[in-house]
Amino acid sequence: MKNFIRRRSLILGSAFLISLSASAADGNIDNGQQLSMKGDGSGAPCMACHGPNGEGNAAGNFPYIAGLDEGYLLRQMLAYQTGARTNAVMSMNVDNFDEQQLADIAAYYASLPAPTATAEISDKKQAELGEMLVNNGNWDEYIPACSTCHGPGNRGVDENFPALAGQHAGYIKQQLKAWQNGTRKTDEVQLMEAVAKRLSDEQIDAVAAYLASLPAAK
Amino acid sequence: MDKSLKVALSLLGASVAGLAVAAVQDPGEVKLPEYKEGAYVHDAPTLTDIKTDPDLHPELRQVILKGRDMFMNTQKYRGEYVFNDMSCKSCHMGEGRMPWAAPVWPAATTLPDFRGKNKHVNSLEERIAGCFAYSMNGKPPEYGSDDMLALVAYHTYMAKGAKVYDKNIAARGFNHLGKQMPEDISYDAGQQVYTDNCAVCHGDNGEGKRVDGEVVFPALWGDNSYNWGAGITRIFTAASFIQNNMPLGQPGRLSDKEAWDVAYFINAHERPQDPRYTGDIEETRKKHNNFYQWSLYGQEINGKVLGDHNNTGEKPFLKPDNLKPRTFD
Repeated sequence: MKNFIRRRSLILGSAFLISLSASAADGNIDNGQQLSMKGDGSGAPCMACHGPNGEGNAAGNFPYIAGLDEGYLLRQMLAYQTGARTNAVMSMNVDNFDEQQLADIAAYYASLPAPTATAEISDKKQAELGEMLVNNGNWDEYIPACSTCHGPGNRGVDENFPALAGQHAGYIKQQLKAWQNGTRKTDEVQLMEAVAKRLSDEQIDAVAAYLASLPAAK
Repeated sequence: MDKSLKVALSLLGASVAGLAVAAVQDPGEVKLPEYKEGAYVHDAPTLTDIKTDPDLHPELRQVILKGRDMFMNTQKYRGEYVFNDMSCKSCHMGEGRMPWAAPVWPAATTLPDFRGKNKHVNSLEERIAGCFAYSMNGKPPEYGSDDMLALVAYHTYMAKGAKVYDKNIAARGFNHLGKQMPEDISYDAGQQVYTDNCAVCHGDNGEGKRVDGEVVFPALWGDNSYNWGAGITRIFTAASFIQNNMPLGQPGRLSDKEAWDVAYFINAHERPQDPRYTGDIEETRKKHNNFYQWSLYGQEINGKVLGDHNNTGEKPFLKPDNLKPRTFD
């Protein structure tokens, strides 16, 4: 924990810079794999919740992290250390890792193939609303389409714009809520916060369900 | 409150919260200018309207949807009609329907009309051709072609129910900040605004972003951006567009000063040559001074005269054939 506090003061200034890049430390995939199985010494290992292949767990709202952008993964773990993202379990599980170790873990999960499983939407009306919002947005309410920033097929762009396609609905919903209530503060330009604040609960459910139904891999 | 105290408090707040953003505006808030007194407001049809309007012949519906697809996914025509990163929707945000984001329906209700830019009476087709020739640094679809018809159909349908030749239109165009840039406009301040608000999408060097060769965020300068003839090279047009539309989804986030400065900074960069170029920058500038007086074309910035080159970007020619004068003399 002492280590964490020292590091935290170092990170505080830079972690919020949206352009913070993964090149700060080149991750070692093999080390990352080891760390993902061992954990940071005081918490659960990554694979306990995110699964043996980084596929996450829909029921537990644990996101898939396999195949996500390396820089994005590193930034999120740093954010859990600084409090820019809050999740009691995640913070506890990564607080003893130093930045190099986090970079290794990020490199490992980024190297894995994105999961192929997708969720089905049973509610036809919800599917239509989700499809409309994700692909066209709702401009009368100043809600741009997700793909405008999250890229073709919502498969992500870079460390700032992660893949959403195939992500577990419960996790997307939880994160949209976190943007909405201001507890996720990883975006200095507040792009996501602005959009999330305009979404109704019904819209959030529909967007989450539709994104979960899209294939993560091209 | 004493200003220094205010600054100290906000600094304290920023360090406590660990955030560099001062909460001047709720990011969820949409802050747009007021409509001018008596201005005409028109609610343009939506995609659902196009799909369900019982008045549309199925064939026409198909043509309008084709036009909409061209409007939204103009990059499909890269190398044919478009030779840079832009799509129609890049500037005409929100499907070309939105107030303060250059809604396209007024083109359908106010044309044909005389345009100062090319000094003759323009049809809707010619107006659309202008966007391709300048903003998209391209080659407009042929007049009367299927593709041009589809685009015209989309524009015209967006005007469904709107008054024809009423020019006092609410939220049209990009000039709510006025045309004259402030005297204290600053390249350096603009660069800071850019770094803080724009670079995350448009890149540190205005190069935009792509995934697998597909444009996600368009380049704002350089070969992949709009050429020197595009309306948005005018500082006031860019400033107004930016304040009302950028960062995406946050109209009004930037102050007037920030919008002017960043518009100046972006437009103080090099870009492909204007198709109206005569081969001589001074001559070209004089010939179209009514336009260039608002841009930095031909001016020396950071030791270099902007626009003094023959570079046409990805486009292998300077001027598209269908961009030509017209006279009734």
